[in-house]
Amino acid sequence: MWIYNPNTVTDTVKTAVETDSKQDTGWIMHHVLDARELDFTPFGVIHLPEIHLFGMDISITKHVVFMWIAMAILIFTFSRVARAYRKSLVPKGVTNFAELLIVFVRDEIARPTIGKGFEKFLPYLLTIFFFILTCNFLGLIPFGSTATGNISVTATLATISFVVIQIGGIWKNGFFGYFRGLLPHGIPFWLIPIMFVVELLGLFTKPFALAIRLFANMTAGHIVILALIGLIFILRTYVVVPVSISFALFIFLLEILVALIQAYIFTMLSSLFIGMAVHQEH
Amino acid sequence: MNIAANLLLLAFSGSGKTGGPLDVNPGLILWTVVTFIFLLLILKKVAWKPILNSLSERESFIKDSLDKAETARKETEKLIAENKFNLSKAEDEAQKIIEQSRELAEKLKVNILEESKLQSKKMIEDAKSEIERKNQEAFNKLKDHVADIAIKAAEKILREDLDEQKQIKLVNKYLNELSKN
Repeated sequence: MWIYNPNTVTDTVKTAVETDSKQDTGWIMHHVLDARELDFTPFGVIHLPEIHLFGMDISITKHVVFMWIAMAILIFTFSRVARAYRKSLVPKGVTNFAELLIVFVRDEIARPTIGKGFEKFLPYLLTIFFFILTCNFLGLIPFGSTATGNISVTATLATISFVVIQIGGIWKNGFFGYFRGLLPHGIPFWLIPIMFVVELLGLFTKPFALAIRLFANMTAGHIVILALIGLIFILRTYVVVPVSISFALFIFLLEILVALIQAYIFTMLSSLFIGMAVHQEH
Repeated sequence: MNIAANLLLLAFSGSGKTGGPLDVNPGLILWTVVTFIFLLLILKKVAWKPILNSLSERESFIKDSLDKAETARKETEKLIAENKFNLSKAEDEAQKIIEQSRELAEKLKVNILEESKLQSKKMIEDAKSEIERKNQEAFNKLKDHVADIAIKAAEKILREDLDEQKQIKLVNKYLNELSKN
């Protein structure tokens, strides 16, 4: 039987904190976390401006910059795609690829999960899909940074999803109709207060899960890659280099897959929750 | 107490000077909201609306084309069937006409035959009556002739000197003459 020994845990944590400050193992976190500068180490560092508004720190950080890069890429690409359609309805090149993804979001995500009236939510779903996808991939290029690996960003995106879900439900069923529809049919009346609290909590757990899932997936891969590379320096031997590199490469390939899958899952679940809020009958 | 202290220590151990992965940065939240809403509005106006419109336009175009092709196919089939029907009808008609004309020809043939038979019969009849008439005529002529001869003979007899022997000889001679005639 395992006996909890508070002293051991305290010691471990203390040692960890001490060595952290002593040996500077925070370099992994340095790659994953947000920063106030863009770090192109061999070529230099760009310091970003600090902005304070009404006592709030709204400085432009690394992740903000990468979100803007994603935004620029998306606006550039899709305005070109839209212009290509004006010329001819037959797509080619980038337009073809963009159409593949757009039609995928429309026919595989929005239409089956939301059903009737899915067109209203399509711009939101397309935007969130391509935004997350681009942010995920920006973290995989050299000197890039994953904005979607930041809990603030994913929580905000999840909150926007939450708002869209609630607005969708209320728009379709009316304010009181929507909250009445949260309760399952045919439950005993004395269960209603409990069920209402449970269902209300359920509303909030959905976006919470969205935020945590995206954040954890995008952060974990990076940490594993950095840890595998770090193994070389911790063990101080060249023997682990092939192992580390091949494993890191494998994880990197996995990350490409994860970047796609997470964008899909975030969009898919948002769409599913919108569908559930809009059509409460089932 | 100890557990709570440890948990607290754990929770804040990462957030030293660099900040932990679970730190929430209000500025970043604000920028995310602004960026995302901006992106949503811009893309909705610039990209999604025209692209989705074009896609549905193209889909309806393809659907229309397919529908049109289908109706054209059906029309063609109908036309072919109609043509076939018309053709068979025309064939029937032609057959009927041929049959009719054959019948007509048959009838005509029979008629003509009948007529010609009748005609020939009549001709034979005519010929017969003609012969009869000629016969009659010849007979009459002969009769006249005989009478004539008889008269002539009588005359001769009367003119000659009649004796019995001479008479018999004469009569025989005239009779011979008569039968020779």
